[in-house]
Amino acid sequence: MIPLPYYLLISAFMFIMGVIGVLTRKNAIIVFMSIELMLNAANLSFVAFSSFLGNIYGQLFVFFVMAVAAAEAAVGLAIIISIFRNKATVNLDEINLLKW
Amino acid sequence: MDLYLILFYFFAIITLVSAFFVVTTRNVIYAAFNLMLTLFGVAGFYVLLGADFIAIVQLIVYVGGILILLIFGVMLTNKITDTDIKSGFLNRVPGLLIVGTFAGILIGTLLKSTWRIAAPLPPPVAGLVGIGNLLMTEYTLIFEILGAVLLIALIGAASIARKQSN
Amino acid sequence: MSILAIVLITLVKIIIIANVILITVSYLVYFERKISAWVQNRIGPNRVGPLGLFQPFADVLKLMLKEDIVPDAANKLVHTLAPVLALIVAFTTYAVIPFGPVVTMFGYQIPLVVADVNIGILYVLAFTSIGVYAITFSGWSSGSKYSLIGGIRSSAQMISYEISMGFSIAGVLLTAGSLRPMEIVAAQHGWMWNAVLQPIGFITFLVSAFAETNRLPFDLPEAEPELVGGYHTEYSSMKFASFFLAEYANMIIASAMIVTLYLGGWQVPYIENFGLNAGITAIMQVAAFLFKTGVLLFFFIWVRWSLPRFRYDQLMNIGWKVMFPLSLVNLIWAAIVTMLLN
Repeated sequence: MIPLPYYLLISAFMFIMGVIGVLTRKNAIIVFMSIELMLNAANLSFVAFSSFLGNIYGQLFVFFVMAVAAAEAAVGLAIIISIFRNKATVNLDEINLLKW
Repeated sequence: MDLYLILFYFFAIITLVSAFFVVTTRNVIYAAFNLMLTLFGVAGFYVLLGADFIAIVQLIVYVGGILILLIFGVMLTNKITDTDIKSGFLNRVPGLLIVGTFAGILIGTLLKSTWRIAAPLPPPVAGLVGIGNLLMTEYTLIFEILGAVLLIALIGAASIARKQSN
Repeated sequence: MSILAIVLITLVKIIIIANVILITVSYLVYFERKISAWVQNRIGPNRVGPLGLFQPFADVLKLMLKEDIVPDAANKLVHTLAPVLALIVAFTTYAVIPFGPVVTMFGYQIPLVVADVNIGILYVLAFTSIGVYAITFSGWSSGSKYSLIGGIRSSAQMISYEISMGFSIAGVLLTAGSLRPMEIVAAQHGWMWNAVLQPIGFITFLVSAFAETNRLPFDLPEAEPELVGGYHTEYSSMKFASFFLAEYANMIIASAMIVTLYLGGWQVPYIENFGLNAGITAIMQVAAFLFKTGVLLFFFIWVRWSLPRFRYDQLMNIGWKVMFPLSLVNLIWAAIVTMLLN
């Protein structure tokens, strides 16, 4: 059987890649995808713990996370599209209205 | 070698390699495609962990819903007939510094802690039935609130994304 | 049962199903042309072989010999990947559709389904939603406006109709109390076919299945008069053939799903009362499954050549304002029926 830390390592690496994407990418949509990566990493840990504890609550929580992720994706994309309509770009370094 | 271990490494390679491409490729559509592979890999892990219901929900919700939304986003926010949708990087050095520190802390704690469970217990009672029972008894309120959140989010998204008429 | 036996039996099942589907698809094209000819009072293909029976082989040969053109503006990688994806999705879905009962052969208990998964129905839903990618990617990667519009139309259409499809299936799951296709079929014994128990759900599922397979009257993604050929405008040779194959394979899946969910699957009503021996019963049941699927395939073709195409706004109106509420009504009806039956 595969030991628990294996899954946790995979999840950690996925999370780190998500962080890299969020911090270094220009395109808002890729930042979005990186956020999904991080959510998936967290979900993987949840399911791994749930399975190794013989307890279903972890899976239930993943279910909730997915529903929230869906809501987040819908709202986030709506915001990105309305920004694109106003500024004709989705590059994060060009969206700087709050800068003074 | 154990069949489970081979499958595990197979999914690990798919997941990590495609996740790497998601954050490094310059073409946004390639990123979306690689994200799809990552999501598949994670679904594979769920199956290995005995959570087949969650694995299928992962495919239906993430691959069939969220990622399609993202691809629509890509197509709506670029000159769509242009197949070269490129995107660059910014803040490389400070970003990588922060990530390095964070990764060190995360993986350090992960390897140093002793996980009490060596082998998994028998998998939890039939995933689907268990989750369904919990959703309809203990977690009914949260389930309903989640439905309301989704509805509000979708209405909000539709009203934000709609063209404002003067 | 040893692991080797399981692997062998599954492999045999996969090979049989893949071959049956390939042959069915090629002859489906032939029958489509024959039936359209019949509808339009023509003769149809009659040159290659007796009654034109070898026409499918001639078609395949022709397509294989054509030059494979990739447009300059296309994204080569995705352009090649999209038809492959379409085929993969079309063929993997068959894995969970049961085409017969559990039979005893060579001392083994063999269920006549490739993979008897406990969440088989969700698996089908998941793979239909992946099918959207093939079309979206092909539309985008061709670098042509027609393809792109076709691709976007198609993904919007498929996502919209997936919702009413999902809700209609939910009604079936309620009465069967299981997500396992075998048990859904078993629950429809005697007269209790789901098409009888929940006629509204049957209709919404049927309409959604038409929309999901992009067949007329829902073939807006292809719509020759306005979009040239929609998402496969820029495809030629075997890549075009793959899309063609995938479309017909999807049609077979849709029919098989309708049969499994609503028309009693492989069951022949009251066959157990005739006192036939197990072997003959099994053969008759497999034949019943094939017959029902065949009737539905004929229905698909018949509708295609009888109805005109919808406008896009009509399509969306039907999807969201008619089919979706109806499938919700059906869900409530199914709950009531289930309560009464228990």
